[in-house]
Amino acid sequence: MAREPKNDPTDRLLSLYEGMLTIRQAEERLKALFADGEVPGFIHLSIGQEAVPVGISASLGPADTVASNHRGHGHALAKGIDLDGFFAEIMGRDSGLCRGRGGSMHVADVSIGMLGANGIVGAGLPITLGSALAHKTRGTDAVAVAYFGDGALAEGVLHECLNIAALWALPMLFACENNGWSEFSPTDRQMKASLKDLAAAFSIPHVEVDGNDVEAVEAAAAECIAALRRGDGPRVLECRTTRVRGHFEGDRQDYRSPDELAGLAATDPIARCRARLAELGVDANRIDAIAEAIDRRVEQAVANARGAPEPSFAAAAADVYTAAEG
Amino acid sequence: MVETRYGKAINQALHDALAADPSVILFGEDVGEAGGPFKATRGLQEAFGAERVRDTPISEAAIAGMAVGAALSGLKPVAEIMFMDFVTLAMDQLVNQAAKARFMFGGRNSVPMVLRTPHGGGLSAGPQHSQCLEAWLAHIPGLKVVCPATPADAYGLLRAAIDDPDPVVVVENKALYALKGEIDDSPAAVPIGRARIARPGRDATVVTYGAALHTALQAADALAGDGVDVEVIDLRSLQPWDEAAVLASLSRTHRLVVLHEAVEAFGIGAEIAARMADVGFDELDAPIVRVGAPFMPVPFAGALEKAYLPAAADVVAAVRRTLE
Repeated sequence: MAREPKNDPTDRLLSLYEGMLTIRQAEERLKALFADGEVPGFIHLSIGQEAVPVGISASLGPADTVASNHRGHGHALAKGIDLDGFFAEIMGRDSGLCRGRGGSMHVADVSIGMLGANGIVGAGLPITLGSALAHKTRGTDAVAVAYFGDGALAEGVLHECLNIAALWALPMLFACENNGWSEFSPTDRQMKASLKDLAAAFSIPHVEVDGNDVEAVEAAAAECIAALRRGDGPRVLECRTTRVRGHFEGDRQDYRSPDELAGLAATDPIARCRARLAELGVDANRIDAIAEAIDRRVEQAVANARGAPEPSFAAAAADVYTAAEG
Repeated sequence: MVETRYGKAINQALHDALAADPSVILFGEDVGEAGGPFKATRGLQEAFGAERVRDTPISEAAIAGMAVGAALSGLKPVAEIMFMDFVTLAMDQLVNQAAKARFMFGGRNSVPMVLRTPHGGGLSAGPQHSQCLEAWLAHIPGLKVVCPATPADAYGLLRAAIDDPDPVVVVENKALYALKGEIDDSPAAVPIGRARIARPGRDATVVTYGAALHTALQAADALAGDGVDVEVIDLRSLQPWDEAAVLASLSRTHRLVVLHEAVEAFGIGAEIAARMADVGFDELDAPIVRVGAPFMPVPFAGALEKAYLPAAADVVAAVRRTLE
């Protein structure tokens, strides 16, 4: 989306709203396409978590890098990934960002600093660490953001990365989307320590924020990222958020209580943002026009993907290694 | 030509690469101030600074992952894993990330990283510090694997690996670090994927790599005394490997032995034997014979390890089998 910084608070909030709604509408469309069999494989939706990447990305520029996880659609879109390439990739077309080789769990565009969603829990963390090391070694003020869930707290590599990032004062933001679920199990049955405890163990400042309040995420992330750019070392930003859908599409979530599921709508970051916009006196027609414009862009992306050719097997097989020169 | 040691040649290659390209950085356990567990990086931190030659904590997964992330962000990282046995702790980043990133990202990016790691026995280092695990990595599409046997190749293959746009694992051999050999005054990179005829011969071919090259050459000397003229091929690169060079040698000698220090079963030798049994079938005058370590962990005690490691006598016996 690569939004221009907006000074007017209403314009700024509208921009954040548009960012979240783009993710929501793209994922709602993917959900329907998946149900209709037009999206193969596994998809993991981030519906309910949109405020986190949108709030963080408001402080990121093109030179900054992010690495993501299996629930990465929002991270990629908020970083500015092309919507046509995004849909075409997830629908398995040659015009996809990864030419149909990665799919939902591997959407990436390194040219805009999106180092990939990832199918392995925690694996984006050391990649982000290396990217942060590159930024520091090259002497730029770019920062690297690792998006991970609370399920990754139990992965050993997180602990390695917290240590090295702190030891070397790397410009790395550990952006945790804490939705309380580690796949099909509540995280409090899997982790003894909290992320706050872990951050403290490595002397990294930890900030906790309501991850469903996009303004709060934006403000907290802006402070963390400013600290990274000053060379103050890593920050942990823990965003309490809500996973509305299952671990993957098709997961019936029998393990969640009906009460919990019934209460999810109240936490919706987009509805909250819309209410805030109404408080600020923004006309409802203006807000609705955003949804309509996104809908047109999404439908165009889906139509473009449907019309795109299937990927070439020969081209895929030729891309395992870089072709020799000459 | 000057004489140098295998470990010194690695050091020189790293020095020259750091001097040639500011995007090259080194990191690993004790590679900086301590100069590396086998002294391969001695003096490099003094020469290039602690920002470019970094000591890491004992965190192999993070070391390998950092190499991937740094390579995707404009650097050419050369990471070290202290013993090849420890790549077990870095496998997700090597296998799922480094190897697949180029393919998964639609061929739009490569991952120009190098991972150096020593394998091999002979030092009574025991079951967790002696393994030859290169076949695991050669089995992964997207990784390249090289294994130098001489000081000249230790230099040249490492320079080629650092220049390569894709991830390359450089497998060194602990028992070779002190090996002396000739190297050019101004050495060049050795192209990845090309084998070398280490000793020409007419009667049988022994294909090998790494420290086992020297075992093969001893065996060839012993057989020469009996009038058997053995050709020894040093593969140098395992993935990709030089199928054409092996087939050409087989076409001259019509007999093939494949030797490596790694466990024989399901190894590099099995791949070479299978390919030659296919594309070289008409050239074969005898069954292809493999020589490798037995199917057991590398033992500690000197007497046990000596019995475990493939010896020149084993190669002599294998060549004789092909001549029966």
